[in-house]
Amino acid sequence: MLDAIAQNPIAAALVALIGLALLFGALLGFAAVRFKVEGDPIVDQIDEILPQTQCGQCGYPGCRPYAQAIANGDAINKCPPGGQTTINELADLLDVEAPTLDEEHGEESEVQTVAFIREDECIGCTKCIQACPMDAILGAAKQMHTVIADECTGCDLCVEPCPVDCIDMIPVETTIKDWKWELPATSHAQAQNLIATDLGRGQTQKTGEAA
Amino acid sequence: MALLRITSPHTHRALGTGAVMRTVVMATLPGLAVLTYFFGLGTLHNVILASLSAMAFEAAVMALRGRPVLFYLKDCSALVTGVLLGLALPPYCPWWLVVLGSATAIILAKQLYGGMGFNPFNPAMVAYVVLLISFPLPMSQWAAPADIGGQTPGLVEALQKIWLGAPIDGYTAATPLDTVKQNTSLMLDSLYLQDPVLAAGQFAGAGWEWVNLAFLLGGAYLLYRRIFTWHAPLAMLASLSLMAILFYDGGSSTSGGSVIFHLFSGATMLGAFFIVTDPVSSAVSNRGRLIYGAAIGVLVYLIRIWGNYPDAIAFAVLLMNFAAPFIDYYTLPRTYGHKKSQRATKKADD
Amino acid sequence: MEMIKVWEIPGGVHPPENKTQSLQEPLGQIDIPPQLILPLSQHIGAPAKPVVEIGQAVLGGQVIAEADGVFSANVHAPTSGRIAAIVEHRVPHPSGMSDTCIIIDTDGEDRWVELSPWEDYASRDKSDILARIRACGIAGLGGAGFPAAVKLNPRANQTIDTLIINGTECEPYITADDILMRERADDIVAGTGILAKLLNHPARVVIGVEDNKPEAIEQLRRAAEGTEIQVVSFPTKYPSGGEKQLIQILTGREVPSGQIPATIGVVCQNVGTTAAIYRALRHGEPLVKRITTVVGESLERQRNIEVLLGTPVRYVLEQHGFDETKASRLVMGGPMMGFALPDPSVPVIKTTNCLLAPSKKELPPPEPAMACIRCGMCAEACPAELLPQQLFWYAQSEDLEKLEAHNLFDCIECGACSYVCPSHIPLVQYYRAAKGEIRQHRIDKEKSDRSRRRFEFRQERIAKEEAEKEAKRLARKQAAEEAKKKLAEQKAKQPSIVEQAKASVQAQAPDSQQQRAKLERLVASAEESLKQAQKPIDNATDEQLEKQASRIKQAELKVTEAKKKLAALSDDKPASGEAAHDPVSAAIERAKAKMTMSPEEKLRSSLESLYQRLEKAEQKVKEAEQEGSDKLDALKQGVDKLKDKIASTQSELAEITPSTVAEPTPKDPATSDDAAGAAIEKAKAKAAAMASMSAEDKLRNQLDSLGARLEKARARLAQAEQDEDENIDAFRTGVSKLEEKLSATREQLAEYE
Repeated sequence: MLDAIAQNPIAAALVALIGLALLFGALLGFAAVRFKVEGDPIVDQIDEILPQTQCGQCGYPGCRPYAQAIANGDAINKCPPGGQTTINELADLLDVEAPTLDEEHGEESEVQTVAFIREDECIGCTKCIQACPMDAILGAAKQMHTVIADECTGCDLCVEPCPVDCIDMIPVETTIKDWKWELPATSHAQAQNLIATDLGRGQTQKTGEAA
Repeated sequence: MALLRITSPHTHRALGTGAVMRTVVMATLPGLAVLTYFFGLGTLHNVILASLSAMAFEAAVMALRGRPVLFYLKDCSALVTGVLLGLALPPYCPWWLVVLGSATAIILAKQLYGGMGFNPFNPAMVAYVVLLISFPLPMSQWAAPADIGGQTPGLVEALQKIWLGAPIDGYTAATPLDTVKQNTSLMLDSLYLQDPVLAAGQFAGAGWEWVNLAFLLGGAYLLYRRIFTWHAPLAMLASLSLMAILFYDGGSSTSGGSVIFHLFSGATMLGAFFIVTDPVSSAVSNRGRLIYGAAIGVLVYLIRIWGNYPDAIAFAVLLMNFAAPFIDYYTLPRTYGHKKSQRATKKADD
Repeated sequence: MEMIKVWEIPGGVHPPENKTQSLQEPLGQIDIPPQLILPLSQHIGAPAKPVVEIGQAVLGGQVIAEADGVFSANVHAPTSGRIAAIVEHRVPHPSGMSDTCIIIDTDGEDRWVELSPWEDYASRDKSDILARIRACGIAGLGGAGFPAAVKLNPRANQTIDTLIINGTECEPYITADDILMRERADDIVAGTGILAKLLNHPARVVIGVEDNKPEAIEQLRRAAEGTEIQVVSFPTKYPSGGEKQLIQILTGREVPSGQIPATIGVVCQNVGTTAAIYRALRHGEPLVKRITTVVGESLERQRNIEVLLGTPVRYVLEQHGFDETKASRLVMGGPMMGFALPDPSVPVIKTTNCLLAPSKKELPPPEPAMACIRCGMCAEACPAELLPQQLFWYAQSEDLEKLEAHNLFDCIECGACSYVCPSHIPLVQYYRAAKGEIRQHRIDKEKSDRSRRRFEFRQERIAKEEAEKEAKRLARKQAAEEAKKKLAEQKAKQPSIVEQAKASVQAQAPDSQQQRAKLERLVASAEESLKQAQKPIDNATDEQLEKQASRIKQAELKVTEAKKKLAALSDDKPASGEAAHDPVSAAIERAKAKMTMSPEEKLRSSLESLYQRLEKAEQKVKEAEQEGSDKLDALKQGVDKLKDKIASTQSELAEITPSTVAEPTPKDPATSDDAAGAAIEKAKAKAAAMASMSAEDKLRNQLDSLGARLEKARARLAQAEQDEDENIDAFRTGVSKLEEKLSATREQLAEYE
């Protein structure tokens, strides 16, 4: 038998290949079971990155549904509250090119805002309470409502339903407690990051004059 | 009162990048002087031409990029590139070779990557290698030292050769490294006696040993001025020596040459103190620079002995430029208050 | 005593020291400024809470703001004056922003509260000492402003073996600690002794001074002679005065990343803080002034001064011949780590160790930054052995993960890297910005996690509500279907419908019987209690009588109510029992009979007994009249009451048996059935009348009844007033309530009319 195989090169090759295939198959199978990675499902990881404003600007009813949609292949640039940072992180996670924000879904706002109810105008209709994805509005029917500023994500979903327009989105002001240093003003060092196409950016600037 | 609102520190050491670069250029002067003394005006011409053309290319690119030309020329990085390229090229090589070299160095190897500070490879060495591969003949003709050629070509002769390609008789001679490499039959002792260049010198060939000593002097000055740390150059010299000791068999015909020979021939010292120390393209931490330098030393020896080219500084440096980020990854220094250093991507948690 | 080995620290730089300018003069004073501005937050931790009011006069040393928690510090008035305002004012902070400050208009008299010096401070209890350090508002004077008492009270699991007093002062220009050590070495040594005691006398007590301050070292050595304190000098190098660096120099140990020195058994205090602690304990002085170096070429006079906290920087500078045109900037702190002030209106605070007003030549504006050439000079200079060039690279690209991996947070922001950078890159600013960014990122992350949880919880809640609604809907649907099915079945069983009806009636009958029995029991018990109430009436006093009467009334009410219910029950029967035919009507008949019998009988019997009692009472009244008893009035009242009672019982009886109204004769069984029927008819009529009655009429009725009730209540009140009853208040409120109700009803009625 062995002789016959050894004599016949085709048979020998077949036997060898099948043997190897079985061997490596078994090895891979073993490895797949033994070294199974219990990683976060990708949806969770995407959801981690999304800003959790639940604003629905992406067209999905909340961050998690959008995360699900991204996992199923939707574009990653539909989240205005997260802005470019979120897009970059998503691109990093999914190992794709980072696109710019899709303006169709809104513009990235520099300023963080929170909802504020002008309480003497509130008629207590509870419409905003129902709209708030965060349960951040407090109140009852016929009672004036108020926003828990700490829990408000600034999604402005409560503004639209208010029948008396008593909800304002007010920007969160920087205080001395949460003030932080800015990166130095554009210096040559930074300008040099940009190659060839950045004509007209050559004025010498005093660095460090962080206004 | 217009009060400046800037972050600390409010005081600065006087030494700027321009000053650093000029110090480096100054430190090459002894080497340049010795090269000129032994090989004639060829190298001086090279250096001047390469520097001027490098700065011209730099200025041109800066103008194209819409940057303040003068501001960037003042940092003198183009000057350093030009000087190093000029020193590395063979004396009396055609002018276009020099200009092509500096164009390659400045435009291809430096500005296309974003200019000073962003080039992954040493520009002068990139240019050198490009020229070496593209024009092997003019790149391998090295002038004979004055001691044996009788006299170095005069100014007119030199200019004619460089700019018009007029031939000069008997001005070339094989470099000691080349001689040793080509040798397959003689014992080293007899080779030392037979070869005119080697015979005229003390231990590493006429002129060459002095050139290397001069560069060593310049390097020592830079070390003294703390322009760079000792790690990379010393590691490179040490590992080269170690390799030479390991593979030195007492002087057979296949021997690679003694330790002294390797340290003081070719571009060893120029490389160790002026090329390997180029901070932009090397590893960043001291530990990393030790590894980086040592690896270059090993590579230099390997290429010198078993490679196709007689000298190997450029190749070795470029190869290690590739490896620099990799070295950085593994050689983060241990920070104050941490038990041990960590990998660059691991989260800081201990 | 263990000799201290001086260790070498990595990195460091040697900037020009510039320390001689301010040491030409001894420590000076300046006048009390007209106004002091005292920020509530001069330390690390929670801002203090103001405890004074605007316009209030304060004395020097008086607490004007109290520490809010452990990580906070008291603020005291530095001199006497009046609180002018508590407002937002610019404070010394890199942001140039405002914070709450107490502003004092000084009166120049410098009157003080009475201090309580401790002659015997050394033998005081530890907790007393700590309490006083806290009360005196002492925060680290070296720069960070850490509340001193916190540091001196290490956790139980931390054994402190080294106390380091920091007299390094490595920053160029600053000599505040130097002059303190020269002039007040004894205070420092005494303070050190106290700290050593607080920390249970650590094995090593060291005052560390750089070797560029020989005079200070000499003074300290002289003062420390014969104590456990060692004065150690070491080579001058910036930043050896950093807490972590000094610990490394004097112990060779490193403070683990992200932890405090106490974890490796070290406590570090600044010399200024130490001296302040001594003064607080020995003399009871709160922290209201500090030594500050006033230096820079744009000043005519450069020296160290002892200045009141809150003194505006402008005032200090004016006192030293400040030339604005010469100045390039104004720095609080040294040139390496100080921050540029936005304007000189800010005050001197607890951490102000230097006011630097350099000329443009002295500290020229920074040159424009060039590209990083990765020369590595910064890495050579870094005392924390970081790779500043890499940090810069990642800070520029805002790669926060890489920054953390490169230990950005171990950067002490000493500025050595920026100082040596040949490309003049403002590295420290990059690091500060990146740190801020990372902190912000962490906060955002935390918030977004919380948002996610809230959102998910909300989703869950909504889903649950929906599910509940759905379940209810389903249940209703099912019930409806079942009913339908039953109906269909019933239709199918049409022939036996009578039996079914019978069955259902039988099922119902015991039910109504039970109810009836219950009601009867109720009536019986009510009557029983009525009887009980009536019994003792004979020999009762007035008060008792009154109470008794009300009790009786209550019982009567109960009885009538129970009767009404019973009536309603039998009233309802015919309507509800329509499906049933014979058995039900029979049951109703029975019920009617039973029901109408018993109350009538009972009423009659009670009437009889009332008559008997009346007789007895009348007799008693006669007797009393004869005897001239003082009980006569009461008895007469009792008789009247009984008469009333009889009258009312009779009328009740009349209601039940209209035919027998006139004479309370024994019962007539023949008429009883009729009577019951009539009662039912009457109740029905009444209900119909009620239903048909207009709202106005209803109101009128209500009004009438209210009027009646009011009359009664008033009478009762009058009675109570007469008797000086305890419950008179309750009666009064009852009356007023009724009045209110009455007027409200009247108003309502008026609306109708």
